[in-house]
Amino acid sequence: MISDFLERLFGSREPVSRDTAKQRLRFVLAHDRSDISPQNLEKLRKEILEVVSRYVELDFDSLEFSLESDQRMTALMANLPIRRVRTNPLEPDSPVEEKQEPSLDLEESIDLDEVVEEASETADIPQD
Amino acid sequence: MAMNRIIVITSGKGGVGKTTCTANLGMALAKAGKRVVVIDADFGLRNLDLLLGLENRIVYTALDVLAGECRLDQALVKDKRQPNLALLPAAQNRSKESITPEQMKKLVRALTKAYNFVLIDSPAGIEMGFRNAIAAAREAIIVTTPEISAVRDADRVIGLLEANDIKAMRLIINRLKPSMVEAEQMMSVKDVQDILAVPLLGVIPDDEQVVVSTNNGEPLILSKDLSKAGTAVSNIARRLQGEKVPLMDLSVPKENFFKKLRQLFN
Repeated sequence: MISDFLERLFGSREPVSRDTAKQRLRFVLAHDRSDISPQNLEKLRKEILEVVSRYVELDFDSLEFSLESDQRMTALMANLPIRRVRTNPLEPDSPVEEKQEPSLDLEESIDLDEVVEEASETADIPQD
Repeated sequence: MAMNRIIVITSGKGGVGKTTCTANLGMALAKAGKRVVVIDADFGLRNLDLLLGLENRIVYTALDVLAGECRLDQALVKDKRQPNLALLPAAQNRSKESITPEQMKKLVRALTKAYNFVLIDSPAGIEMGFRNAIAAAREAIIVTTPEISAVRDADRVIGLLEANDIKAMRLIINRLKPSMVEAEQMMSVKDVQDILAVPLLGVIPDDEQVVVSTNNGEPLILSKDLSKAGTAVSNIARRLQGEKVPLMDLSVPKENFFKKLRQLFN
């Protein structure tokens, strides 16, 4: 009751949306301005990690890789924490030991068409 | 300095106040003794005529001029309240594709012979209508509001203007709500400026009088007692002519303790 009174007297501190707006804009503009497709960005990321991984062992769980934009200048920001340095750098063809996401393939997964067909059969669409 | 100024007013996003800015800036420059023509480049969705209150006086449009059905001066609607101002209307029953960038350049070139300022009101979007509107421009005014979507679209438009060699760009931040900025629930002028990195031409505070003046077809600039938004536009017109005018103080007056105390018991 008293705290409520004090809040109304001095104004309470709501979380501010101004900073959220700025942050979201900065991210989205970096992508808009660079005009790089998500596919190519992902390819770029993979290739850079591949090269770096030949020389050092990276901590794949905590690395950051993003585009950022400031004063109409777009920059590629990468924060690649190193677990250890390789004394003998790997050869260009050696595979990178990044954790693989479970692969989802359109052809191998459940046939969505069949599911849809089944659903539409049970749906009762009145016909004139 | 160039004798004639050809300025496109554009924003990307619709509904941020491009046309209102064009109408009021045109009127303010005309009041300052400049000969001004405002061009509605929004073919199919024209509105500049309404904001200026000239909708009943349109006989010919820019398309009739291009088709050779009338002379350019016959299509111009002269403002009776402010004889220095003229409107070149867009066709309402045609699409944005009914005119080409080359044709727009031809119209503008002819108009610069008789007018000091040619203001081109661009349609929203970045397609054909936008490309027509910027084709003849040498300068651009980008209108945005302190909202995330408007700023994003403004950024896109800035990129396109740069790519089209229009480098003289300036920014108007419209509909700023000072109390919300103070509560940090709206991006500030500086926030928007930092993100877009275009020189600031002015800030127009949110003002209910804008709705009233739109209803009446009487640009704010014409009223005897200028409202806050009216003063802001008038300052923008002066800056556009090279005058150094400081930004208006838009800070919210501090509520005094007793007023707050009184509100508690209401």
